[in-house]
Amino acid sequence: MSCLKIDDLHVDVDGKQILKGVNLEIHEHETHALMGPNGNGKSTLLAAIMGNPKYHVTRGSITLDGQDVLAMEVDERSKAGLFLGMQYPSEVSGVTNSDFLRAAMNARRERPIPLFTFIREMEKTVKEMEMKPDLAHRFLNEGFSGGEKKRNEIVQMKMLKPSIAMLDEIDSGLDVDALKLVAKMIHEMQIEQGMGLVVVSHYARFLDLLKPTHAHVLVDGAIVVSGGSELIEKIDQEGYDWIEKEYHVQVVKEEKKKVALLQQCAAGTKGV
Amino acid sequence: MSDMQIPSEDYKYGFHDEDISLYKTKQGLTEETIREISRIKQEPEWMLNYRLQAFAKFMEMPIQDWGPELSRLNFDEYTYYIKPSDKTEQRWEDVPETIKETFDKLGIPEAEKEFLAGVTTQYDSEAVYHNMLEEVERKGVIFLDTDTALKKHPDLFKKYFGKLVPYTDNKFAALNSCVWSGGSFIYVPKGVHLEKPLQSYFRINTERMGQFERTLIIVDEGADVHYVEGCTAPIYSKDSLHAAVVEIFVHKNARCRYSTVQNWSDNIINLVTKRAKVFANGSMEWIDGNIGSGVNMKYPACILAEPYAKGICVSIAVAGKKQIQDAGAKMIHLAEDTYSNIISKSVSRNGGEVNYRGLVFHGPKAQRAKSKVECDTLILDKQSRSDTIPTNVSKNKTSQIEHEATVSNISEEQLFYLMSRGLSRGQATEMIVMGFLEPFTRELPMEYAVELNQLLKLDMSDSIG
Repeated sequence: MSCLKIDDLHVDVDGKQILKGVNLEIHEHETHALMGPNGNGKSTLLAAIMGNPKYHVTRGSITLDGQDVLAMEVDERSKAGLFLGMQYPSEVSGVTNSDFLRAAMNARRERPIPLFTFIREMEKTVKEMEMKPDLAHRFLNEGFSGGEKKRNEIVQMKMLKPSIAMLDEIDSGLDVDALKLVAKMIHEMQIEQGMGLVVVSHYARFLDLLKPTHAHVLVDGAIVVSGGSELIEKIDQEGYDWIEKEYHVQVVKEEKKKVALLQQCAAGTKGV
Repeated sequence: MSDMQIPSEDYKYGFHDEDISLYKTKQGLTEETIREISRIKQEPEWMLNYRLQAFAKFMEMPIQDWGPELSRLNFDEYTYYIKPSDKTEQRWEDVPETIKETFDKLGIPEAEKEFLAGVTTQYDSEAVYHNMLEEVERKGVIFLDTDTALKKHPDLFKKYFGKLVPYTDNKFAALNSCVWSGGSFIYVPKGVHLEKPLQSYFRINTERMGQFERTLIIVDEGADVHYVEGCTAPIYSKDSLHAAVVEIFVHKNARCRYSTVQNWSDNIINLVTKRAKVFANGSMEWIDGNIGSGVNMKYPACILAEPYAKGICVSIAVAGKKQIQDAGAKMIHLAEDTYSNIISKSVSRNGGEVNYRGLVFHGPKAQRAKSKVECDTLILDKQSRSDTIPTNVSKNKTSQIEHEATVSNISEEQLFYLMSRGLSRGQATEMIVMGFLEPFTRELPMEYAVELNQLLKLDMSDSIG
């Protein structure tokens, strides 16, 4: 039984505290929807679990089946069974998808996967994700459309078979048909291997498809309310205002960066 | 590299009775040394005179005042000519462990290892590659070591030798011109296309690994050849100065590709003058890899002499600990509608220094000429450095030069992404570096690309730990 346990997690980014004591437990087969307004710590939580070096854990613990996740390097976390489908997957020029994936699969095996087994599996997965067969030979995410990148994350997830997967806004850039496809793949993985899932999404339609067993609302670095599908429904209809009132919390508003237009710069100096 | 077994014969005993002093010149460079080299080689008078004139020029020329510091060179320390059969003075025990380990990891066969390490200099490839050579000969292609070519094809030789890189060119070209030995000579007759690359391997026998190699390639009208020089495996030599000259003539409508990866051991100062002259609608492609030697200066050049001539240089330079790679390319456009493209990829790590130094020149007659230069540098740590020193000159109003340069290090985001899929930090770094160099490796013949990747991986694992 896989179990990811997060206890009193505090996380800093660039010296600023973002997470202020998060508690969460995810078991296999479960699907957790992580909700909350932008800028309140959802992506931070997922990145910190995976070990992104930009995020510093200052207090609390994360364990996977009792093992201390915080003591592990990023690659060890992956090999232990964690997976993060990223909001903005990196592009790596000159490295083909297949070379990358094969290396990633071999990293968690004692003996390298036989080449033909790998090719068969990759071709099958690419086809299931309704991507073009040349995907294997293209460079990792280079020149991919937003949707292609997201589908590619799912290809990786399918091939790496994590015990707990985290998907950070995997729905952005995907159309309805693609969303259905992703949801179908996730269901299959949950049935076949009991994968646990944490998903960050703003898209009610996607959550409808995924049918989360649990929902949590993250406000100002902490989970203020947890529930089931009824919570998702309520937020979909009423937004987050009621949470502020009911739970006496203040939603962190995302700082909007001021866009300086060239014209404005010139206007400032020359007084035009 | 092939894994076939090379029959090794014990040549060193075969020459036991010979008076060795006859075949090895004294240390230092004097007119006497040069006369002796020419006499041992039984050269025609004109070559002796050429060597002597080059010597006079060498004595009066200063070392260039740009690029890596070379003042520590002491020309009296070197032995300028050793007859190859007597070069077997090196013992396997004396070959550095690191080089031996690399051979082992690459899985290079015993006979080849010894050859590459300079333990044996006799490596009879003629037997192995006999069929290949036969096919080449049937098509009328001349493929010989340069010394033999001088004897067998004196007229052709004289017509082209030293015409592109005169001994007045630079001090090291002058040095090469007075003491040159070995190298490849290739003539591809009109309209002949060679499907498979010609590899210097095919005719490794005696003087391939010379210190002062001289290579001359003539691709006649409409002909097409790909020449692959040397190999990617590390080559160990006790001789610390290497100054080679390569001259290539690409005639009308012809095409030549010259691929090489130099991987000398890091005690070597490698100074090479490589130049091609390209005639109407001809095309020259330099595929030039630099991963070895302590100091390396190499700037393959194309002189685009007639309309629609094309020059391409795709190169990598990788500098590690105690290495200075000063490399680049030169494209000289002398005629209208000529085109050139330079792609340079540099990597520095472990305190290495890698510089791109390049020239693009569009002369007054080079109307509508176009050049594209792309220099990318990856610096892996804070101890390492890199400079890009491009010179772009246009002497007319219709030509175009595009220059693009980037310097970067490995991004934490990329590392995190790859590691989050299970790759270790070392593997992830390695993968990003290999990807960065891919525009070069994809141009290499398959077996070379595989070997180069292997080699760079070994190197990386040393540095990352």
